[in-house]
Amino acid sequence: MSGTAHAGGSRAGMRKELPEHFKAYRHVWVFMEYEHGAIHPVSLELLGEGRKLADRLGGELAGVALGGDHGQMIEVANAAFAHGADVTYITAEPVLAHYRNEPYTRAMTELVNTYKPEILLLGATVLGRDLAGSVATTLLTGLTADCTELAIDAERSLAATRPTFGGSLLCTIHTLNVRPQMATVRPRVMSMPKADPQRTGRIVEHRLDLREEDIVTKVLRFLPDRDSNKAQLAYADIVVAGGLGLRSAENFQLVRNLAEVLGGEWGGSRPLVQKGWITADRQIGQTGRTIRPRLYIAAGISGAIQHRVGVEGADLIVAINTDPTAPIFDFAHLGIVADATEFLPILTDTFRKRLSVNRLAG
Amino acid sequence: MSLEVFDAIVIGAGPAGNAAAYTLAKSGLKVLQLERGEYAGSKNVQGAILYADALEKLMPDFREDAPLERHIVEQRMWMMDDNSHTGMHYRSDSFNEEKPNRYTIIRSQFDRWFNRRVREAGAVVLCETTVTELLKDTNGRVIGVKTDRHGDAILADVVILAEGVNGLVGQRAGLRQELQPAHVALAVKEMHFLPEEVIAARFNLKGDEGVVIEAMGTITKGMVGTAFLYTNRESISVGIGCMVQDLAENRVSSSALLEAFKAHPSIRSLLEGSEVREYAAHLIPEGGYKAVPQLYGEGWLVVGDAAHFVNAVHREGSNLAMTSGRIAAETVVWLKRRREACSAENLAEYRRRLEASFVMKDLKKYRGIPALLHRNKHFLDLYPRIASRAAQIWLRVDGVDKRSKEGEIVRDLRAARGWRGLVGDAFKVARAWR
Amino acid sequence: MHIVVCIKQVPDSAQIRVHPVHNTIMRQGVPTIINPYDLFALEEALRLRDRLGGAVTVLTMGPPMAEDSLRKALTFGADRAVLLTDRFFAGSDTLATSYALSMAIQKIGESWGTPDVVFTGKQTIDGDTAQVGPGIARRLGLNQLTYVSAIGAVDLAARTIEVSRRAEGGVQELATRLPALITVLEGTSEIRRGRLADALRAARAEVTVWNAAQAGITEMTKCGLRGSPTVVKNVFAPKGRATKASLLDTREKTPGELAEAMMARIFDALPGIEGDLLAHAAQY
Repeated sequence: MSGTAHAGGSRAGMRKELPEHFKAYRHVWVFMEYEHGAIHPVSLELLGEGRKLADRLGGELAGVALGGDHGQMIEVANAAFAHGADVTYITAEPVLAHYRNEPYTRAMTELVNTYKPEILLLGATVLGRDLAGSVATTLLTGLTADCTELAIDAERSLAATRPTFGGSLLCTIHTLNVRPQMATVRPRVMSMPKADPQRTGRIVEHRLDLREEDIVTKVLRFLPDRDSNKAQLAYADIVVAGGLGLRSAENFQLVRNLAEVLGGEWGGSRPLVQKGWITADRQIGQTGRTIRPRLYIAAGISGAIQHRVGVEGADLIVAINTDPTAPIFDFAHLGIVADATEFLPILTDTFRKRLSVNRLAG
Repeated sequence: MSLEVFDAIVIGAGPAGNAAAYTLAKSGLKVLQLERGEYAGSKNVQGAILYADALEKLMPDFREDAPLERHIVEQRMWMMDDNSHTGMHYRSDSFNEEKPNRYTIIRSQFDRWFNRRVREAGAVVLCETTVTELLKDTNGRVIGVKTDRHGDAILADVVILAEGVNGLVGQRAGLRQELQPAHVALAVKEMHFLPEEVIAARFNLKGDEGVVIEAMGTITKGMVGTAFLYTNRESISVGIGCMVQDLAENRVSSSALLEAFKAHPSIRSLLEGSEVREYAAHLIPEGGYKAVPQLYGEGWLVVGDAAHFVNAVHREGSNLAMTSGRIAAETVVWLKRRREACSAENLAEYRRRLEASFVMKDLKKYRGIPALLHRNKHFLDLYPRIASRAAQIWLRVDGVDKRSKEGEIVRDLRAARGWRGLVGDAFKVARAWR
Repeated sequence: MHIVVCIKQVPDSAQIRVHPVHNTIMRQGVPTIINPYDLFALEEALRLRDRLGGAVTVLTMGPPMAEDSLRKALTFGADRAVLLTDRFFAGSDTLATSYALSMAIQKIGESWGTPDVVFTGKQTIDGDTAQVGPGIARRLGLNQLTYVSAIGAVDLAARTIEVSRRAEGGVQELATRLPALITVLEGTSEIRRGRLADALRAARAEVTVWNAAQAGITEMTKCGLRGSPTVVKNVFAPKGRATKASLLDTREKTPGELAEAMMARIFDALPGIEGDLLAHAAQY
């Protein structure tokens, strides 16, 4: 698998000439994930990254908008332009009204085969992962999942860096002699570009000859999550998280208490999920959520690399750990060597007092 | 559903159980081996020493694919006080032989490999299956086992208990007593990972050569115990063990001892820069000959650690385990060939064969050592200090003439124990050792 | 009904070490396990078989050692196991892996009946790509159902299946036709404890071992490194931050003073956050 077995890469450095018919493949595409009336923020984050790649290649940046309603797709295109796209490919057909693997794979592969992009980026969301694997397999091209860094090397090749072995190492993966080069990136790994509502671009409309009766998979129902904060962890401004240093499931309440006082979200490291102290949707790290809060407080988390890659985007990382040699202190900005179960309640109290005192005064 | 009948059931897949099951299966018997862990060795992640001879007797070709770390070319026996060690080193190029005698191994890998060979030999191996009780007939004869899996009991002509030091099956069935604190040591071990070339440089090794350090002295704070350090390919196993009785009496934890051992100046530099990844504590039956329980009965045999087959003085265990497992199995095979029942009377042959082997001979030889050390705390505290001081006096060049230095050393000895004490100690050791 | 479950033997990533000098994986002493996500898939498969009858075939691609994982799957109650092992598969990326597995599934179909459902875990813990399942679906033309949390009505005669699956922001209920490929979401149902009879049967079972040719794979250019369009060019350990965390001096300070100091440092480092916190607090 990209990034599994062959660490060390015996073909490293080897490079076959790109076959003639792939040389026409140009430009960088970003799949605009659009569901239930909203663009997934990861698509906009990818436009920011795609812009840099396109500039480096001297090519255009394009958005791909697939959906059931033409008007909505025009809105998606405008958002894409505002976030850096030069072009947006639109396929608006009734069969694309809700995401289904089959028609979306058809629509996407047809666009790729017609307009030949050099690079195709998708968000590593539930939807993006469902689609990316099908598209890559149909096109028989390479796909690098969950990238944390994208760059263009001296030979115009996409260098896609991703964590491997549960985040112990990073590896840089290239797609040798096939196009497009595909990659997915998890939400919040790339920063959100500034929107420029004045920017405009070109729209390319493409019809898809696919009728509803040709599709065997039907959407029966959609039940929106009631617990809407599942999605909020990744986008929270303040996150407090706990690790094994809390020593018991009961002590995890201390993390939630501080998060509540700060009006933030809470989560935990992978071992806590394995121990059943928290649910998987609260896991922070390479195999859980990637977060980019302004303030991240890690209590009793040692800071294994797989955790680190999930939190490195935070503006300020504060660590509380009894072990002064814990790896978390290597990438935290601010730290204290203390027992989290003792220090958290005091810190919580301190914040609580400050915030209420100030409120009374003001 | 009808009960399934085996010739023999082996409980446990450590060195003793694997040796027994392998021998039985190789002889064409219908064998079932039951292991609690997820796989053989899964409960044992640590480094250890493999004594080739005991395994060679089972499978002469084991070196071809067994997961061996390093063969040992150097033995260091250290007597340590607070900041020094004296001792004996032996290193020989003749240990670089075609079929080396001792290896360091990682037990989890080794046991797993051994168990795979058992399976290939034809035994039915069931992991993640705990024997909950021995099944007995109305005469008290063991006829099979019950497990924690949903289903019937399984029957067998004989059950070999290789369930380890604290095996509950035999204890519950009243085949042997519960563990006595005076008969068992608690050892804690760690694996320290280091690049292969760092280990080679630090211990002056090339290729697969390895070093073993065994240490005693003030590191156990007067308690009966030893510490060790083994070089593996990319890691160093380091550990320390003391008799449970002593730990309890002195209210000392093994992990505190290990921390102190690792911090000792003679050890610290050997571990520098390493990454600790595994920590484990386990019990070692070091009660010696006097702790050996009843070894056989109607339809059952006990082997390995469960039978207290550990030579604490020489730190041998896995070889006694494998040998006892093999001999137990050979006894069963011998009875089967003669179409004789696995009665207590017939299984007494197992004990006779053990007595004729090094297993019982060595245990007998050192029968007095555990009690001797327990009663004479100064052996592991006073003498290491005196030895260290003597070495200091002897080696320091400070203008004092050598005869005076000799005199000082002798005075030290006398002051510490008195002539009577010294002679008495020598006599005690000689008697225990003979 | 015939169900195929694809599993993978993976190193327990919680215990992986990285060589401090070479940045390679040190596998010594690292136990291998069945990819934990695959156990949820296996349990769903066993439940479906128990509900509708039929057989479960477990398939893995990997080194000969991976047989241990298959045997374990049999202990849980799977009916047969196939190990696909060949040195030609070494270095496979997701595309090459999905090719080899799909060929083996086809061969399994020829040998024991075409599968109605192929199960996989949602992803592996060593690769974390979640791409092999969709790849198999595409290659075999199976209807793809990823991140499935529950299997509803299945009508073998009408060849239909209904599932609930995790989608962005909610649960999507889908109906499709068999054969289908299902990747199972974690936490659906814990793997069962196999009965003694199953365990005994598993201990004796012969695992079917196929090399590439035996699995009907003739196009070796689609396998292993040759069949993988992606190549790993560089492996490296993450760079440390240039400066380590600035640690609060805990000497001669009360915990309360330390907490005050930490709060002050946070407010210093993030100008404006205090105002935002107050705004939040005011809402209460």
